[in-house]
Amino acid sequence: MKSLSLPNIFSHQILALLGVLAINWLVFPGFFDVTWKDGRLFGSLIDVINRGAPVAILAIGMTPIIATRGVDLSVGAVMAVAGAVAATFAVSGHPLVVTLAAALAIGIACGLWNGMLIAFLGIQPFVATLVLMVAGRGLAQLITEGSIVTFSDPQLIFIGTGSVLGLPMPAVIAFVLMLAAHLFVRRSAMGLFIEAIGTNRSAATYTGLRSRSLILAIYGFGGFCAGVAGIIAAADIRGADANNAGLWLELDAILAVVIGGTSLLGGRFSIPLSVLGAVIIQAMNTGILVSGFPPEFNLIVKAGVIMIILILQSARIGEVVAAFRTSRQSQGKK
Amino acid sequence: MTETSRAVLEATGITKTFGNHTALRNVDIAFRAGEVHALLGENGAGKSTLIKILTGAYTLEQGTIRLDGEPVSFSTPLQAQALGIGTVYQEVNLLPNMTVMDNLFIGRQPRRFGLVDKRTMERQAREILAKYGLDIDVRAELSTYSVAVQQIIAIARAVELSGKVLILDEPTASLDAAEVEKLFDIVRRLRDRGLAIVFITHFLDQVFALSDRVTVLRNGQLIGTRPISDINRTELVKMMLGKDLALHHGDILAEESEVGETLMSFRGYGLKGKVQPLDLDIHKGEVIGVAGLLGSGRTEMARVLFGIDAADSGRLSIDGRETTVRSPRDAVELGFGFCPEDRKLDGIFGDLSVRENIVIAMQARLGWFRALSRDEQLEIAGNYIEALDIRTASAELPVKLLSGGNQQKVILARWLATDPRFLILDEPTRGIDVGAHAEIVRMISRLREDGLALVVISSELDEVVSYSSRVVVMRDRAIAAELHGADINVQRIVETIAGNETAPAEAHP
Amino acid sequence: MNPRYRPLVATTIIFIVAYVICVSQYPGMWSTRVLGNFLTDNAFLGIAAVGATFVIISGGIDLSVGAVIGLTGVITAIMITRFGIHPMVVFPVVLVLAALFGAAMGAVIHFLRVPPFIVTLAGMFLARGLASVLTQDSIPIDHDFYRLVSSLYYKLPGGGRLSAIGLTMLLTFAVCGFIAHKTRFGSYVYAIGGNGVSAALMGVPVGQTTVAIYALSSFLGGLSGIVYSLYTSAGYPLAAVGIELDSIAAVVIGGTLLTGGYGFVFGTLIGVMLQGLVQTYIVFDGTLSSWWTKIAIGFLLFMFILLQNLVFNSQGPSRLRKGPA
Repeated sequence: MKSLSLPNIFSHQILALLGVLAINWLVFPGFFDVTWKDGRLFGSLIDVINRGAPVAILAIGMTPIIATRGVDLSVGAVMAVAGAVAATFAVSGHPLVVTLAAALAIGIACGLWNGMLIAFLGIQPFVATLVLMVAGRGLAQLITEGSIVTFSDPQLIFIGTGSVLGLPMPAVIAFVLMLAAHLFVRRSAMGLFIEAIGTNRSAATYTGLRSRSLILAIYGFGGFCAGVAGIIAAADIRGADANNAGLWLELDAILAVVIGGTSLLGGRFSIPLSVLGAVIIQAMNTGILVSGFPPEFNLIVKAGVIMIILILQSARIGEVVAAFRTSRQSQGKK
Repeated sequence: MTETSRAVLEATGITKTFGNHTALRNVDIAFRAGEVHALLGENGAGKSTLIKILTGAYTLEQGTIRLDGEPVSFSTPLQAQALGIGTVYQEVNLLPNMTVMDNLFIGRQPRRFGLVDKRTMERQAREILAKYGLDIDVRAELSTYSVAVQQIIAIARAVELSGKVLILDEPTASLDAAEVEKLFDIVRRLRDRGLAIVFITHFLDQVFALSDRVTVLRNGQLIGTRPISDINRTELVKMMLGKDLALHHGDILAEESEVGETLMSFRGYGLKGKVQPLDLDIHKGEVIGVAGLLGSGRTEMARVLFGIDAADSGRLSIDGRETTVRSPRDAVELGFGFCPEDRKLDGIFGDLSVRENIVIAMQARLGWFRALSRDEQLEIAGNYIEALDIRTASAELPVKLLSGGNQQKVILARWLATDPRFLILDEPTRGIDVGAHAEIVRMISRLREDGLALVVISSELDEVVSYSSRVVVMRDRAIAAELHGADINVQRIVETIAGNETAPAEAHP
Repeated sequence: MNPRYRPLVATTIIFIVAYVICVSQYPGMWSTRVLGNFLTDNAFLGIAAVGATFVIISGGIDLSVGAVIGLTGVITAIMITRFGIHPMVVFPVVLVLAALFGAAMGAVIHFLRVPPFIVTLAGMFLARGLASVLTQDSIPIDHDFYRLVSSLYYKLPGGGRLSAIGLTMLLTFAVCGFIAHKTRFGSYVYAIGGNGVSAALMGVPVGQTTVAIYALSSFLGGLSGIVYSLYTSAGYPLAAVGIELDSIAAVVIGGTLLTGGYGFVFGTLIGVMLQGLVQTYIVFDGTLSSWWTKIAIGFLLFMFILLQNLVFNSQGPSRLRKGPA
């Protein structure tokens, strides 16, 4: 498996993460302290992977989508829908398996709906997923009938707050999902096909790839990931909050994927790097929190990060500089 | 003829390079007032590069451009336009979502009190279009009119804005005969008003019908400029395809190798507006060379055969069994392969590695789950890199870093890995260096000997003659003739392309 | 009829039919009082949606407008309450700041060729972040001028009140409709949305226009923020969260093509009104829950996207197809 999918930019994300962690340590010396209590680990680092899990999971689903030049704006709303389904099923006493299956099924259904609009009706991804982004929260509220449905099913709550081998459950789920998704796309031909479609759609068609069914499948998978994230978010607060569950997380997920080195113009992708991107985002969040800055700085820092990435990625910068130089030169001549 | 008229636009010593590829080499050309000057050349000849330099889309690096005798320089189309050089493109470069008058005036709409004065604009728009014999509702959206009308509006705009030189880049590509005639009337009228008109087209008939002089480019070089009265169709085709018949006459043809059994037969196979219904039998161990000028329907035929544009008429049987090709996917299932003309746009996956580019078609055929392991991929890629002598530092190099010839070999390797029965190669040797060129030509012969059926489209007639068992000549989106045996020679092909077997060139003015 | 008007006509018909149905069920809805409230309650959405109309016609998107509303509201509140500056001085300052913010985004979009979706996303984070850093709580504005403006209204026949902010929205629509359809700038917006490359070749100043479009959008976001502060008599950093989605929905439902090139400022007004109608109906009904608004809007959005897809793809311009090689 090694080096099959990890391009050499791997070091960039690792460096970025180390940099963020180092700054966190400077402003909050106790950042790396990890303690063992009640059979589980505690500490800021653990908090990072725990809090970062939902975005990481969304980023896992978002990565193949962005790699095919798409985007899914609805994942935050789909999280709310899946959380609402999980909560109402849990409240009405269904066994855990049924509850989870229902929540995941609705997530997949939402993803397939998006995929159908995009692959078969040819609607732009941005436009197509806007529909569920707008309507999704309404659907979630419809399911919960407007209230925050709380539940007490200990098994379901465990998914959000429990721990395995001392590590928080959401982080474990994210890690397992990352590994499974990564192995799947790289061991099957999916990864190659996704990158081929994202790199050159026309050549992919000429080569005989089934672009449509592939696109349908990856949006379905994106919906599945949103479902998982939705269950975790609901289990974490022991209830479904249709208004706030997953709010703006689609944007964090897109940011994580972009930090992970996948271009918004499609092509090469790496699921582990996208997860790393999510961890970097969360490390910044947690850092701001523990260092005593108001959490509002988060947004400003995020905006700054987006701009830096854009400027680094923009091939146009070079052109602008070059054009500026030549225009200066030609002016100089006159 | 207007031999004595002055040169309005004169370009001398124009050279343009992209990286290490020279698109134009020391080209001199002059356009005179009151003259229609046809510019001819196959793809890659440098026509579009020259036009882009003359219109300011590319900056001039070497050479001089003189307008009315004065050296000029411009770096944007707007500047060129302001100086008097207007251009109308094949794909109408107007705004389909806006009204006709907006399209005529945008950027310079008449204003009153700071607001667009629609009434004045409408009146002026009508006046302008009346000069072109168009009486239409100028307040209607441009897209509600036919391409022909849009083309005239584009011409009107260009003439209004510029008024010295009018460049028409394949303006007739999507017009029918009556529309073309109407357009020509307008062009003639503009010529008589003293404009210098540059006319780019693939249709020889139109060149003879409209132009006063003709310039031919090939491989970035000026082949020659001649008054239309001094040249006939055969000579023109020769200039374009670069055949000095004296040298190549009596080329050795592919020996009448025993052609295998019939692999597939197309009957009445066609697509409305693209390819007229054609009958074609393809045998195992046979190379069918396809010759014809750009726009003759040769690429369209390839696209229809491969299912990229699905045929809307006719039948196909393979090994005696009826089947259909509705998509490239179907074609690949049946063991077809297709190397497209535009490698960059339709062929390679630039950012993916050579290995991935080679295995992708095979993998696509295997499906999502029967994945080739990395070792298998490396082995397959390694085999083809060696067999086709693909020059790459490593199988993991992004394919976009390879030279054109090696990219072409990668695409060929991609199809060979699928163990195909039938390969369509569209201009497989265009834009690649001499060495790789010869290798690909050899490879085509080798594949034929291995029993593959091939359709090879090429404007390199030497090449076509050297490997074809049969030559199909395309003209006007149909098969004009099929040449066998001793008829497969450059002279015969050129004459067939020029259409001389029906009408001798001397009949033209 | 030009098929491109179909979405607008469809919206208008849907609005009229929906209104008739509403009135037939609840005759109380047929009054200028309801209409007046309609305008007042949706003023900030309407003003923001006008900006979104320009952006979307030009083929772009602006996700930052909700955050700009929050930020301008907060700055207004702080300048008035903490520094004691008169609102009439504050408003122009805030509007200029907002316009500069948008101009900066437009410049990045055009000159760095970054997708507007990402740039305005960063703008959203930045504006919300700044607003939250300035204050985390709602700052009540207690000023004579605010009380005066809130009490201003024009009495409509039938007892309805056309409030100052409702009037502001209508004026915004009128002025911007004028700009869109009567000025050179307006035609440039359509030109860029139709085909940016052609537009540039035809002499449209694409860069300047793009900067101006986003400046206008943020300017209207600022105006909407001021209106929102008048409406709530407060400045709150989390004001108007998600308004960008509602405004995009209003624009699309109003017959503007999401991919750019076609659209009407007037249509957006109907889109806003249709959203307001759904809300009002739900209030009148009393048994229906508020989330039906979102579902209904999402459904309308879907129907209109589908309709646009049918209208514009079935007879799309042939230049989009690959020409013969």
